[in-house]
Amino acid sequence: LSAAPEIPTEDGRPKWDNKFQYILSCIGFAVGLGNVWRFPYLCQIHGGGAFLIPYFIALLFEGIPLLHLELALGQYLRKGSIGAWNTISPYLGGIGVASWMVSVLISLYYNTVLTWVMWYFINSFQEPLPWSVCPLNENRTGFNEECYESTAVNYFWYRKTLNITPDIAESGRLQWWLILCLAACWAIVYLCTIRGIETTGKAIYVTAIFPYLVLTIFLIQGLTLPGATEGLIYLFTPNLSTLKNPRVWLDAATQIFFSLSLGFGGLIAFASYNPTKNDCEKDAVTVAIVNSMTSLYASIPVFSVLGFKATTAYWDCLDRNIINIINEFDLPEESIIRQNYTSWISFLNSSYPEKIAGLKLKSCDLQEFLDQSVSGTGLAFIVFTQAIILMPGSQAWAILFFIMLFSLGLSSMFGNIEGVFTPLLELQIVPKSAPKELLSGIICLISFLIALCFTLGSGSYWIDIFDRYASSVPLLVIAFFEVIGVVYIYKIKRFSKDVEWMTGRKLNLYWQITWRFISPLLLLIVFTAFITLQLQKPSSYTAWNPKYEGFPMKEEKVYPPWVQAICVLLVALPCVCLPLAALFHLVKQKRRSKDPSLVQPEVFSCQGANI
Amino acid sequence: YAWDANEEYLFKAMVAFAMRRYSSKSTTQISNVLLCNVTDRVSFWFVVTDSSKNVTTVPGSEVEAAIRMNRNRINSAFLLSDKTLQFLKITSTLSPPVEPSTPVWLIVFGVVLCLIVAGIVFLIISGIRKHKKKSKESTERENLEEKVEVTLENGIPCEALDIKAGHVNGVFAADDERFTSL
Repeated sequence: LSAAPEIPTEDGRPKWDNKFQYILSCIGFAVGLGNVWRFPYLCQIHGGGAFLIPYFIALLFEGIPLLHLELALGQYLRKGSIGAWNTISPYLGGIGVASWMVSVLISLYYNTVLTWVMWYFINSFQEPLPWSVCPLNENRTGFNEECYESTAVNYFWYRKTLNITPDIAESGRLQWWLILCLAACWAIVYLCTIRGIETTGKAIYVTAIFPYLVLTIFLIQGLTLPGATEGLIYLFTPNLSTLKNPRVWLDAATQIFFSLSLGFGGLIAFASYNPTKNDCEKDAVTVAIVNSMTSLYASIPVFSVLGFKATTAYWDCLDRNIINIINEFDLPEESIIRQNYTSWISFLNSSYPEKIAGLKLKSCDLQEFLDQSVSGTGLAFIVFTQAIILMPGSQAWAILFFIMLFSLGLSSMFGNIEGVFTPLLELQIVPKSAPKELLSGIICLISFLIALCFTLGSGSYWIDIFDRYASSVPLLVIAFFEVIGVVYIYKIKRFSKDVEWMTGRKLNLYWQITWRFISPLLLLIVFTAFITLQLQKPSSYTAWNPKYEGFPMKEEKVYPPWVQAICVLLVALPCVCLPLAALFHLVKQKRRSKDPSLVQPEVFSCQGANI
Repeated sequence: YAWDANEEYLFKAMVAFAMRRYSSKSTTQISNVLLCNVTDRVSFWFVVTDSSKNVTTVPGSEVEAAIRMNRNRINSAFLLSDKTLQFLKITSTLSPPVEPSTPVWLIVFGVVLCLIVAGIVFLIISGIRKHKKKSKESTERENLEEKVEVTLENGIPCEALDIKAGHVNGVFAADDERFTSL
């Protein structure tokens, strides 16, 4: 028996202004920085077009079912993650707490990435762009040594932005410019989430739609750049032999999972503000497909620009060789051009091999330049910024690019903050008479203060740790228990009836099969594979050390034991909430059953799903 | 432009000019500058002779110093730059990048922060105003209900209950003899 939930408008719960706002918020939450800087990288290293096969299989059997589950759950129970899971079963309340904790951890470090984007944005208003020239050294005889050995772009990122220390154990000082930008970012987040979905619902119109505009502009610009076609061909040429490597399937599954932002509790929070009679099935399919299409759409301009950069580097290499040859042999200007370079080289090699060998020409290979694949912050802050310098009108392109990254990240932050905000609101941490603005202000202030440690010299190493550990394993665990909890503890028959009541039609076979068997199985496989792979390689990181012999290559270092302990803590803390909450409830039940006078009348009330 | 004898003449003139400015002797003539080994690449060797000291060449360091001092004049005479007109063994000194007094990024940051703070203040104030309006409305409604309550208790108007006695019911009070006498 499932009791009909209350009529929506009478319980005082805020609601979306219209359906479009809700869909846009979900899409904005799912579409984030990973769509731009992780998906194209995975496509490139896993055989181009062939990667789409495991990607779409994972989408079909893992992404869409889990997404539908979360949206249906939130919509039916009309509570945030902690309240919803407590309602499903008090033993499963730990899932909600774990989701909440993961959202907190991720909000902390995600906004610091946005800080870096903002720093680059406000630096884009200069002419020339500050990452295009090396500063001079003290006596002005040459360029700054660290900058000269690596590149100006690297120098600006590692020294001027992060002021990175050579080791994670050395914390360095707080960088005041990053603190300013961090304060501004948290102020923006506060401004947009000040009254919960009332304000984010308005802000999402801008932050969710603007990136698509900019991507289109970059698409048009990118396709006109020389070398764009080489980049695109390189990206999309399918290499089906890579599918034999299980690593590819694992990456596809994890990419779909993290890209859709499952397990954060943010989706449950968003759906809880919906009217119950809403077609969550269609919503889930829409959001998932839009997310994947955005990934594909974003990879086109990214790879056009990367192809352009590789081609320019290749031409520079050729030109340097040509100058050397012309100087050596005193040939007239323009006698050797790029097109006849190879024929000239072969002719000169046959006639004057010693002279050619003496010149020590670098071998220029376009494939080699295209093979230099980067993902994550390296793609945005090093590779892309370098490409932007080469474009005409670089300031405008830089400004557009960084506003786009900022909007992408901000719309994901809304989901993260909702995942933190809604359960706290329901737990009534702040008394009901206090305005919502106070709670959101407290959350933003505390997060800002904690996130200050990411502005230290070693901050970016810590962000890598959070990214690798806090946002990977716990989410897999949470999602697995979500599916198991709904299907086997709440019982799938009951849930099917609930969903049928909401959408108005029966759950078809696809959902039944995926929810019951395929998705949990897939999650289990992904989880074990992920853990084994992580445990196989020792936890190491690459550090930027100017005093390293192999500089400008980054130095491989191993995490010290106390850092490894923190990594384990980051993984264990959310996961341990699940059994702890169950245990806590068990103890409470035992104590209640021992003392019959303490039996609360609530036990007998109709609490929606607890009959 | 093509490199011909006229350009060579200009080059000789510029070198002579440079030597004159550097050593401030006005004795160097164009004929003192000799070019040799001119190739199609347009590269050549040149020497500066000193006519006062009978066919001796001016030391290379002096020539280098003179050229370094007047490098930009020589470059602009040929519409070339340090990269396109190369003097081997003479490296160019680098000019420092232009730094404005306040870094530009600080200005932009100030603008962005002002906008954000203005937005937050506006939203908070509008929230407080809405809250006040709502609480004023609810207290007004409460007052109204109280007044109505005073006049309507249990559905009977209170004025009616204040009237003395009421109506005498004729059926029971009319006939005194019906009552049994004690």
